[in-house]
Amino acid sequence: MRPQPKCPIRRLYSMRDFFGAFAVLLLFHTSTLAQMPMVKAGQIDAWRKAKTDSVLVINFWATWCVPCIEELPDLLRLNTAYADRKVRLVLVSNDFKKNIETKVVPFVREHAIEPYTVFMDEPTPNKWIDTVNPDWSGGIPSTWMLNPVNGKEAFHEGKMSYEQMEKMLLSVLEN
Amino acid sequence: MKKLTLLLLATFLTAACALAQGTGYKVGDVARDFTLKGVDGNMYSLEGEIIEGFIVIFTCNHCPYAIAYEDRIIELNKKYASLGYPVIAINPNDPVKQPDDSYEKMQVRAREKGFNFLYLYDETQEIAKAYGATRTPHVYLLDKNRVVRYIGAIDDNHEDATAVKEKYLENAINDLRNGKAVAVPQTKAIGCTIKWKA
Repeated sequence: MRPQPKCPIRRLYSMRDFFGAFAVLLLFHTSTLAQMPMVKAGQIDAWRKAKTDSVLVINFWATWCVPCIEELPDLLRLNTAYADRKVRLVLVSNDFKKNIETKVVPFVREHAIEPYTVFMDEPTPNKWIDTVNPDWSGGIPSTWMLNPVNGKEAFHEGKMSYEQMEKMLLSVLEN
Repeated sequence: MKKLTLLLLATFLTAACALAQGTGYKVGDVARDFTLKGVDGNMYSLEGEIIEGFIVIFTCNHCPYAIAYEDRIIELNKKYASLGYPVIAINPNDPVKQPDDSYEKMQVRAREKGFNFLYLYDETQEIAKAYGATRTPHVYLLDKNRVVRYIGAIDDNHEDATAVKEKYLENAINDLRNGKAVAVPQTKAIGCTIKWKA
């Protein structure tokens, strides 16, 4: 599924960073209307079973979620700081589907987070929340870190400080 | 809401004696009563005439999920209050963190939308904590003995009421009304995090 160059946001998604990092892991289809990579419930398992050496930092968020937006700069900072350890940030938008074009796409553009953002295209969160972590109440922000090399996972519900994020990341990076 | 006894503040003492539980209720626990102020300025409690049960919904004004469910909550009360299961909506959010969830804004929202159910203000957040609510909306279905029979979401599609396939809450009420065990007693409430006081 190659992006079409005529649309700016699609072009951004095709950035080498994005495709190089995890396009191979991503079962997304692109909404024809919204120009946003969409993932389904099955993506959770696909991430878990992905054959890659990238450590995934998967953050569940939404544009209307104030604490989510507040922790975004720290997630980006973490992603940059640990890029050399193959850490890859994935921002899973849990916005309402009707708001993709009016809210999500403009937000994603404004904050230049296109390379990281995917949209969870499932109407029933009860079908996939438990597959991330049975203890997750479904609240956002929530962050799930996965190291496919050593099989370690960590999950945290709620906003984190940079120090918390870093500690959590180190716990999955270390063997 | 004739079937609920209107209480004066003086009777608050009985409710205040119950200790808040750290982890909240599980299905099968007996839920505590409360005395909370409604948008009409009166104090309300679950105590009073025995009815079939209560649909307690922690919700609020600002949250897009709560807003998406407003019409459905109105319909629920329309359908089930007369069957003995009135909706008791409770806003537990800290208005300092979320000014749109102040008591005054609750009054405005209830008027605008024509809420046909009680909309109460959990100013101390004691009730949300005791129940273990974390989301808005977050449903606790209580039977006539205040035993929690269902906890979770209203249905399986927060965004589109017309695309709902499973009405978790209604199914639970119907199971109760038919004298059956609730088939799906727990789902995850999908919504905004309750805004706790600092």
